[in-house]
Amino acid sequence: MLTVVVVSVIKALIVIGMVLNLAGILGWVERKGSALIQDRIGANRAAIFGFAGAGLVNTLLADPIKFLTKEDVIPRGVDRLLHTLAPCVALFPAIVAFAAVPFGDRLRIGDMVVNLQAVEIDVGVLFLLAMTSLGVYGVVLGGWASNNRLSLLGGIRGSAQMISYELAMGLAVVAVVLTYGSLDFQEIVRRQGHMIGGWIPAWGILYQPLAFLLLLIAGIAETKRAPFDLPEGESEIVSGYFTEYSGIKYLMFFMTDFVEIAVVSAVVTTFFFGGWQVPFLASEGFVFPWGWSVPLPHVVVVLLQVAAYMVKVFIFCCLQVLVRWTMPRLRYDQLMWFGWKVMLPLGLANLVVTALVLLWIQG
Amino acid sequence: MFFLLSVPLVLFSLGVVLARSPVRSALSLVVALFLLAVMFFLLDARMIAALQVIVYAGAIMVLFLFVIMLLNLQHEPVETARPGQRTIAGAFAVVFALVLGAVALRGLPTMPGPGVEVAVTPSFGSVESLAERLFTRHALAFEVTSVLLLGAIVGAVVLARKIPR
Repeated sequence: MLTVVVVSVIKALIVIGMVLNLAGILGWVERKGSALIQDRIGANRAAIFGFAGAGLVNTLLADPIKFLTKEDVIPRGVDRLLHTLAPCVALFPAIVAFAAVPFGDRLRIGDMVVNLQAVEIDVGVLFLLAMTSLGVYGVVLGGWASNNRLSLLGGIRGSAQMISYELAMGLAVVAVVLTYGSLDFQEIVRRQGHMIGGWIPAWGILYQPLAFLLLLIAGIAETKRAPFDLPEGESEIVSGYFTEYSGIKYLMFFMTDFVEIAVVSAVVTTFFFGGWQVPFLASEGFVFPWGWSVPLPHVVVVLLQVAAYMVKVFIFCCLQVLVRWTMPRLRYDQLMWFGWKVMLPLGLANLVVTALVLLWIQG
Repeated sequence: MFFLLSVPLVLFSLGVVLARSPVRSALSLVVALFLLAVMFFLLDARMIAALQVIVYAGAIMVLFLFVIMLLNLQHEPVETARPGQRTIAGAFAVVFALVLGAVALRGLPTMPGPGVEVAVTPSFGSVESLAERLFTRHALAFEVTSVLLLGAIVGAVVLARKIPR
């Protein structure tokens, strides 16, 4: 009993540590990435003893300290309770959503088998959808409680946008669930370990390319970043729903964005790119279809899988940073048109075709 | 664990009725629904718990809040009730409480006492068992509900349509 509790706590701490560190690193990647794209140097002031190369480590330290020591301004006339609550409500579901995503296969320590997933839950996909659907409250509350018209506009834009794109996201997810016949993330990842014809890994991107695009686009819309950053819209409504926030609360909204990027990347990786699967890596080591095999100890295999998962997630995070600094903002009618008249019908069509094909295959 | 959840649940449910500001009232309802989902989860009904959060907290209440924000409802005046409304509401509350009490009294003897472990099948609350029930025994009710929802959607579209002159 005690070991179960201890293992659960350790797994939860690992996942939280992964999420928060990734969010911090992404803050630096975002700055350096935007600098690269805009042909400037970027984030080179936080040097240690004049050595700017340590910028990553230093930005990770300097940024939170800067935000923590800033004055926390609560404007007059706001709903104080809800104003304080909003950033927490925004950050909480984003972090919790990570709990259901597996970061590795089973790890055997002696007699004990540890499933490398913070919460072993058989309806993990529904849990994820539930948590992402709660994400909208932070935006709504932040916008409403600030007692500022521009914030309210941002909040309303945000809630309308997130409700609209949640539908397309749900439909894409349902198509994937149908393909793999399970609501359990771990099971979905295991079934991606098969090989098509012995050569090609059966990753979701091959079965559901359209669902991949829909989920990625809807996911980026849920993170409220360019080209979907209307709730923030600096050039029109100052900062949208977090205009009236400063200090640590601003940092929490800021972090929510990065954690949501990480969630989208993790989900895309898990559904379409084999999660922790490494091509040709079985539980005993590498087995190649042309006859080679490299036996590896169990711990190395598990470590390789966790590393593969992290690398894949990081690649998709970088892709999202690239998208954010490449695309201009959509107009509001374009946003709604795209969500309801392009994404939703495509998602429905994809679902129907998937169901028909499955029916045909299974006879 | 039960009291850890049920006491806040009752308090937040009271908050829905007693809060002056419509936003706070709606938020109390969200928290109450969320706590209810956690209780479902602890009772091994994981599917219902997830659906509770997705449908009620994630979709319906967001729309409620959206409408409240659009209309920008401020604190509700103290006395909005029409004369007689209170009496009728009170009467309904008493009748409802009586019915609930009667059902509870009739059901109580058949319930196992506290501390008695009730064995559940491993498939209890799973998606498969729920789907099987839904599409065999309750298939008609399921289909009728979906037709009802479709009717509501068509009605909303007709009402919102611009009438060409």
